[in-house]
Amino acid sequence: MRATLRTYFRLLAAGFRRGSAYPLAALGGLVANATFGLLKVGILFATVEAGGGTVGGYDAGTMSAYIWLSQGLLGSVNLFGRTAVADRIKNGDIAVDFVRPLDVQAASVTTEVGTRLFALLPRGVPSVLLGVLLVGMSMPTTPLPYALGALSVLLGVVLSCTTVYLVAVSRFWLVEGRGVEMLYMVLSGFLAGLFVPIPLFPGWLRAVAGATPFPSMLQVPVDVLSGRVDLPTSAGLVGVQLAWLALTVVLGAVLTRAGRARLEVQGG
Amino acid sequence: MSATTGVRPGAAWRAVLAARTAPYRAVLASRVRAQRSYRTSFRLDLLGSALVGLVELAEVWVLFHSVGRIGGLDLAQVLLVFGLADLAFSVADLAFGHCDDLATMLRLGTLDVFYLRPQPLLLQLVTSDISLRRVARAAVAVAAVVAGLLVNDVPPTPRTVALLVVALLSGVAVSAAMFVLAAGIQFFVVDGAEMTNAFVYGGRYASTQPASVWSRPVKAAFVFVFPVAFAGYLPVVSLLGLTGSPWLPAWLGWCAPLAALWAWALALLAWRVGVRHYQGGGG
Repeated sequence: MRATLRTYFRLLAAGFRRGSAYPLAALGGLVANATFGLLKVGILFATVEAGGGTVGGYDAGTMSAYIWLSQGLLGSVNLFGRTAVADRIKNGDIAVDFVRPLDVQAASVTTEVGTRLFALLPRGVPSVLLGVLLVGMSMPTTPLPYALGALSVLLGVVLSCTTVYLVAVSRFWLVEGRGVEMLYMVLSGFLAGLFVPIPLFPGWLRAVAGATPFPSMLQVPVDVLSGRVDLPTSAGLVGVQLAWLALTVVLGAVLTRAGRARLEVQGG
Repeated sequence: MSATTGVRPGAAWRAVLAARTAPYRAVLASRVRAQRSYRTSFRLDLLGSALVGLVELAEVWVLFHSVGRIGGLDLAQVLLVFGLADLAFSVADLAFGHCDDLATMLRLGTLDVFYLRPQPLLLQLVTSDISLRRVARAAVAVAAVVAGLLVNDVPPTPRTVALLVVALLSGVAVSAAMFVLAAGIQFFVVDGAEMTNAFVYGGRYASTQPASVWSRPVKAAFVFVFPVAFAGYLPVVSLLGLTGSPWLPAWLGWCAPLAALWAWALALLAWRVGVRHYQGGGG
């Protein structure tokens, strides 16, 4: 058991190092994040102003926190649907992974989480600092929301990786997986509350978003961390994240097993 | 020139043009055939592309669901801004979008193949591919423009037509220039390719917004340096006779061709400097 844990910890660390191998890529991501952040400030602050100071429960301070926290998480939450394992399934390298004494799902998700967590350092923290310095934002003054928020962020990152893993294993059945990836990219950003916070959605659309795991990846961590929702609600939201995580992990395991039985790699 | 004796000069000129463009047309035709040969895949691509357009439209609509006016524009007016800007971007993306792949080509060293052919590098890169699926997204944008023109009761006068044509042509030129500018910068940053997303895709996002909501630095960036505001907001202000906002008078929409010229000057300069900097992929 301890040996297994150590193996996965090493995979996590390897993923973390993979993220750190391209500092220029991280800088590029930060520049893009900051630009989108400033554009979101423009349109969303104007919306708050048009609403007479508050809209959907947001004022300028909480809207700013929403904008910069979500921009900061953007490098760590996978909202574009691509992973390395998808390519390995397509080109057949996955056969080698199945021979290894590791669970394919756990290993690929762990490595991916490591890489995504690294992005918090060069992209997450600076984005939030930019928001604090340039625009200002309201954040909680007690420690508990931060502790719960850190857990929620971690869950959001892991959940995005387990969900994107589902997109990847669809390649066991589909030769061209780009369609599913594109669908994921289009819907995940919108329903996670990337460009418009979910509380601003009309009721029916909020219900549609709530029926998917996407809000748990971005809107929920941001809400918990920024203290926009009170502590009991936050605890409930973290519970929802855990439920989605369990569902995606189980579904991923089932699909991996079914895909393995179906897998046929030609050539030697 | 004996071969062309007795032929009208116009016909000779056309023959030369046909001969010159033949290699480019051959590549593009093969790309079109390739994308259409897997019909199911192509239909799904079209559907996905249309969905991108629809979701982006939904993002705009959701904001106006909570308030009536943003930056002095109501939903009907913003629909026109969105439609014009997104149509310009989709068309530019169709023809120039694959310039984004330059960073990958640089890493793999595949760009060097272009150097072996006796044709201009940029022209080869642009004509090396075409993304037919973007047609679906352009269709969503066209629908938004038509709906926008109808609900705003825009009179069908020569002035309207002139302004729309100027705005669309300039908008496509500006968006295309952003792709070329980004490609020129790729020669320097390679790994940091995402940096250029700031003005290519950030520019697309910006172009569909009312520029009146921007802070001064953002205005400076997206009106005067990366002039994407000329693709949507500024022409719509001129078209609908709205009052301008600080820095952005209502007549500025007519200056879109100048913005296109500026964007292309910037793009070609970046491309030239980038190509000079490039040392080859080795091997």
